[in-house]
Amino acid sequence: MGETILELRDTKAYYIIEKNFVRAVDGVSLEIKDEIIGIVGESGSGKSTLSNVMLMSIKRPLTFMGGSVKLYTNGNELELTNINREELQKKIWGRETSIIPQSAMNALMPTKRIRSYILDVMKSHFEEIDEKEIIEKAINRFEEIGISGEFINRYPFELSGGMKQRAVIAVATLLNPRLLIADEPTSALDVATQKMVLKTIKELKDKKIVKSIVFITHDIATVRQIADKMVVMYAGKIIEEGTTDEMVSEPLHPYTKGLLFSVVTPEPEVKRRGITYIPGTPPDLINPPPGCRFHPRCPERMEICDKEEPLLKNINQRRVACFLYEKR
Amino acid sequence: MALLEVRNLNKIYEIGIFRKKYIHAVKNVSFSIKEGEIVSLVGESGSGKTTTAKIILGLLKPTSGEILFEGKNLQEYFTNIDTIRELRRKVHAVFQDPFASYNPFYPIDRVLHQAIRLIGFDPASPEAKELMEEALRNVGLDPKSILGKYPHQLSGGEKQRIMVARCWLLMPKLIVADEPVSMIDASTRGGVIKLFEKLRKVQNTSILFITHDMGLAYYISDKILIMYLGELVEEGTPDEILSNPKHDYTKRLIESIPTLYKKWEDLEKIKV
Repeated sequence: MGETILELRDTKAYYIIEKNFVRAVDGVSLEIKDEIIGIVGESGSGKSTLSNVMLMSIKRPLTFMGGSVKLYTNGNELELTNINREELQKKIWGRETSIIPQSAMNALMPTKRIRSYILDVMKSHFEEIDEKEIIEKAINRFEEIGISGEFINRYPFELSGGMKQRAVIAVATLLNPRLLIADEPTSALDVATQKMVLKTIKELKDKKIVKSIVFITHDIATVRQIADKMVVMYAGKIIEEGTTDEMVSEPLHPYTKGLLFSVVTPEPEVKRRGITYIPGTPPDLINPPPGCRFHPRCPERMEICDKEEPLLKNINQRRVACFLYEKR
Repeated sequence: MALLEVRNLNKIYEIGIFRKKYIHAVKNVSFSIKEGEIVSLVGESGSGKTTTAKIILGLLKPTSGEILFEGKNLQEYFTNIDTIRELRRKVHAVFQDPFASYNPFYPIDRVLHQAIRLIGFDPASPEAKELMEEALRNVGLDPKSILGKYPHQLSGGEKQRIMVARCWLLMPKLIVADEPVSMIDASTRGGVIKLFEKLRKVQNTSILFITHDMGLAYYISDKILIMYLGELVEEGTPDEILSNPKHDYTKRLIESIPTLYKKWEDLEKIKV
């Protein structure tokens, strides 16, 4: 599938709190192409921190510890780790990469109309702006994603949850970024609205407003519906990656299996399969367990698992980090 | 005979002092639960599910209608302390928020002691200790690492398991579980659901499972009741409801839930 848009190589980003290092992203390599990628994992697995690394939006206590983040744009290669925050804000964010942060729709200030958000966002990117032109553009974008342009003159509390989330999507994509990161965009919505917002997000790609989408969620079933590729994170690392179809029909990593088999959806397959659960809780990322970070909770643990760390290895089209699949 | 029978239940909330407003939260709801049956009450927030549960537990008075438990009117149980105790032993509640079910100043042993007293044992006696430990083992917890701890030292899943452990002490006839797993991490949810299945299998307990999660209801129940705006709009076995939903609300609900094994075909088609 097409060109690479963003490439992460062995990126590490830790939260430094007093003298402790919280290893939230610990050696993640990922290539984002012209596609929709779903990133799944439990809370605290480092999903949202990874989205900050993709943008290189690093603010203390989060500290970038190493690795490379390459953005490919019109045949050029930009190493984002070498660009300072100010420059990123002016040239990259919003235009090349953009994000719908987690619960952004609930962070809208009730005393500000949607239009003043739009103008504020633009002012942070350009020194001079033509208000009329921008508002016109915004109205177009609103209508493109299926909400009336009138809404830009409304206050946030006048919009329903689904409307608000779509307004946020419109604002995030005003400058046609090539990569859009959506962090739990459907989590606080009821199921009917959820489906509408999912469709809106998918349309961004179908209508070629954005090229690739990174969809972060803890809900595997929504990823199933929207993503071409699925990435599973556990304790700051990618433990499995593959096409969504393959991952759902044949999960390899015991953690992926645990996640998938704990999902209850109204489907006959679920009754046939039964439900399981993953015992224990995700590890403390200040002192992650030695070897494979999943070993204390793993039902298929072997002797080697607490001694050595499994590397992410290619198996056909998949990548998986587990000793079960390593020939020794 | 049904274990629980709800007949034409109505609840109207009255709010305001000068200008009164009325909310008809439960409208003419009737259903029954047999012994050993798991029945789910499914609906969105505000559909009246919890109000129905509270009335069945005797925590709220209905505006009209009656509830029969073991053939006896619920009101009759509230005439003296012995029958109240009997009801509390036979009908047990597990609530949504495992954090709110505990008093943070007492060790978690207290909720088990309360149950022990209800069945007529002295919590300090060796038999009681034995029973408590067995109950905890039945819900997959290690008594040694649990007893004596305070609520903040345990995870949500563990707290909810302890609430279920009470059911192993009391051996209730009916459990009213109001969204018992919605505040637990998805990865540990399955464990708690299995506990309810086990209770039914071993003790033939009836369970009224209140949830907004159709997937869960489909998985666990023998019968599903769909509630919408205070009314029961549909009733059937999980497979009947899933394959042939009749009411518009049920149809909409089933269409909108993301499925794991089947990819939506209509995502392209739906109107926004």
